Amino acid sequence: MQVTRDFSHYVRAAGAGHQHIDLAVEGVHCAGCMAKIERGLSAIPDVTLARVNLTDRRVALEWKEGTLDPARFIDRLEELGYKAYPYETESAEATEVAESRFLLRCLGVAAFAAMNVMMLSIPVWSGNVSDMLPEQRDFFHWLSALIALPAAAYAGQPFFRSAWRALSNKTTNMDVPISIGVCLALGMSVVETVNHAEHAYFDAAIMLLTFLLVGRFLDQNMRRRTRAVAGNLAALKAETAAKFVGPDEITQVPVAAIHPGDIVLLRPGERCAVDGTVIEGRSEIDQSLITGETLYVTAEHGTPVYAGSMNISGTLRVRVSAASEATLLAEIARLLDNALAARSRYMRLADRASRLYAPVVHATALITVLGWVIAGASWHDAIVTGVAVLIITCPCALGLAIPTVQTVTSGAMFKSGVLLNSGDAIERLAEADHVIFDKTGTLTLPDLDVTNAADIPTNMFELAGRLALSSHHPVAAAVAQAAVAKSPIVGAVEEAGQGVRAVVDGVEIRLGRPSFCGAEALVVGADLDPEASIVAFSKDAEKFILSVRQGLRPDAQAVIAALKDRGIGVEILSGDRAPAVIAAAQALGIAEWRAGVTPADKIARIEELKRRGAKVLMVGDGMNDAPSLAAAHVSMSPISAAHLSQATADLVFLGRPLAPVVAAIDSARKALRLMRQNLWLAIGYNVLAVPVAISGVVTPLIAAAAMSGSSMLVMLNSLRARSASREIV
Amino acid sequence: MEILVFLVPLALMLGGAGLVAFLWSLKSGQYDDLDGAAWRAIADDDPPPQEAPAKR
Repeated sequence: MQVTRDFSHYVRAAGAGHQHIDLAVEGVHCAGCMAKIERGLSAIPDVTLARVNLTDRRVALEWKEGTLDPARFIDRLEELGYKAYPYETESAEATEVAESRFLLRCLGVAAFAAMNVMMLSIPVWSGNVSDMLPEQRDFFHWLSALIALPAAAYAGQPFFRSAWRALSNKTTNMDVPISIGVCLALGMSVVETVNHAEHAYFDAAIMLLTFLLVGRFLDQNMRRRTRAVAGNLAALKAETAAKFVGPDEITQVPVAAIHPGDIVLLRPGERCAVDGTVIEGRSEIDQSLITGETLYVTAEHGTPVYAGSMNISGTLRVRVSAASEATLLAEIARLLDNALAARSRYMRLADRASRLYAPVVHATALITVLGWVIAGASWHDAIVTGVAVLIITCPCALGLAIPTVQTVTSGAMFKSGVLLNSGDAIERLAEADHVIFDKTGTLTLPDLDVTNAADIPTNMFELAGRLALSSHHPVAAAVAQAAVAKSPIVGAVEEAGQGVRAVVDGVEIRLGRPSFCGAEALVVGADLDPEASIVAFSKDAEKFILSVRQGLRPDAQAVIAALKDRGIGVEILSGDRAPAVIAAAQALGIAEWRAGVTPADKIARIEELKRRGAKVLMVGDGMNDAPSLAAAHVSMSPISAAHLSQATADLVFLGRPLAPVVAAIDSARKALRLMRQNLWLAIGYNVLAVPVAISGVVTPLIAAAAMSGSSMLVMLNSLRARSASREIV
Repeated sequence: MEILVFLVPLALMLGGAGLVAFLWSLKSGQYDDLDGAAWRAIADDDPPPQEAPAKR
């Protein structure tokens, strides 16, 4: 059977007889890499564009239509030392990019207008205390209006739209007082200009927009960047399936190009990328990513298989079905929908603050107006003073207080290997006081490891590792990896379901089931780990047994201890059997555990904890964890998790260690402290500035200085979140 | 003070030119890869002509 790779799914026409493809590339981080890749790819004849994007870690390639096969670029990059895979832009990411560009355009317009209005305002301020003629002042005010009004109408769109959305849902958010403040400042300034007054606030309104847009853009940019990296990681998993295109011909195609009804080949040691039913063959499959169960399940004609299960021993042919047909998944999807619907909409700190803030400020302005009228001032003067109160209290610092901390914190988390899926996850994570871990794939590593390597003579272990290279069985792969074997033994023969044998220096060596190696006697007497898969290795009369199992994450114990130190409760909820869970719980010193729980049981446990007032952080990777990830207060999953779980989790962590869980909690707690500090700073500023505004002595100069001063203070304070993630466990 | 008639429009035109330049650079994708742009400034960009990477 011949295998070819087909990437045509990712290629798109770029006009003028050219074709375009985007590749996600691993390990690009400097100018050297960029130059190497661009030169290496441009050297291929007919390539018209090869450009690296270092921010997104991608390469854009264009070539003359029909001259090249995209697989060639991937091979070329591999020669250069980079792993690459075609990347398909998801619609979510495209929206983020468009939003980010729009905010940058708004920021550009606002900054241009702010600078030019300031250029006109400074002469007015200095002219007011010297010899400026009223006509000249009016002229400058009109010019300011000419710049500020259209600029605010354009650059204010993000705020106006969001405020309008909130109001039409009969709620309020931070953008409501911002929009009211900006509109009133501009409106009053126009009226004052018409009346030839001394003061106009065009500069204050437009500067406010500029500051707020800076915060908003940084926030959006960070989110876009996280999404790009997450997208790359997904692409680099290179999920493909071997699809039958003829009776005996298969093509390796990306999963996105597989449709229900197609037939795919699943070889031993491969992870299934699609949902379907077995139509031919017999094997054992590992469904731990779906159910948490570590024992293998027998698969034969008619057995349903799910994306994420690993084929262990035999070759299978699978007919692809639509995802919803699979019964187990339908049940999980139903629970997930319920959990998402029941998820009480979390009130973000910013919204809580603005809910308190807006009524107080608007009431103060109203009282100011009435107070001045009662004190005998004219309606005109009273309203001007009232509007000045609104301008000075316009929540510039308040609007920046939370997004800036969020941006800095998500940047710090990003560096320590944690990606944020949702913006308010930081606040929710900071509140977590109880962690529920799934066992399989979360506390343990997703791949197998040899646990008793130390008991076996090194040269024998090495030989076993080399022999293991000739088998596709995942246990053999684990042995080969543990022994760091590189050169396979020539003439090794695999006996399906039994093991591998070969002859070295006239002596037969065997690796496989204990019975295959004649090592049953060793197994009977030994005190063995009940969870491990036992394989035997024999060289003539010398026989050894190897115990292979999923190991705990290297730092799991330290992480659990660190969580307990912080006063956070820890427990295990696993779909696996009791003996396996007990072993892990004892090794980690976790007193509370439950085994054999179904997705519905997990949700029930979370609900019970919620009723007791606990804020639960759920950490899980399996498909069976997805509903509980959605039901928990906040959730995390490792990057090796099932798609559904990763999409549901609020945060995703990379790599083998579990330490990012603690690091993320620490950064989040620090971030929440800083957010609160920032809010108090903003309120403190108002406490000082409002009496000045109420007394009616505010000039545009005071407003400009006070607002930019408080914004700067808040931004600088936010930068302190950068150091949050440096101390890990 | 008649000089204002020339100076003010001149100042605004200069500012406007800056804004147009910014919007153009944004549209032509110059803000898409800020990390890469930082490195490209110091990159060695004299490969043999036939190997020159295609520029946009």
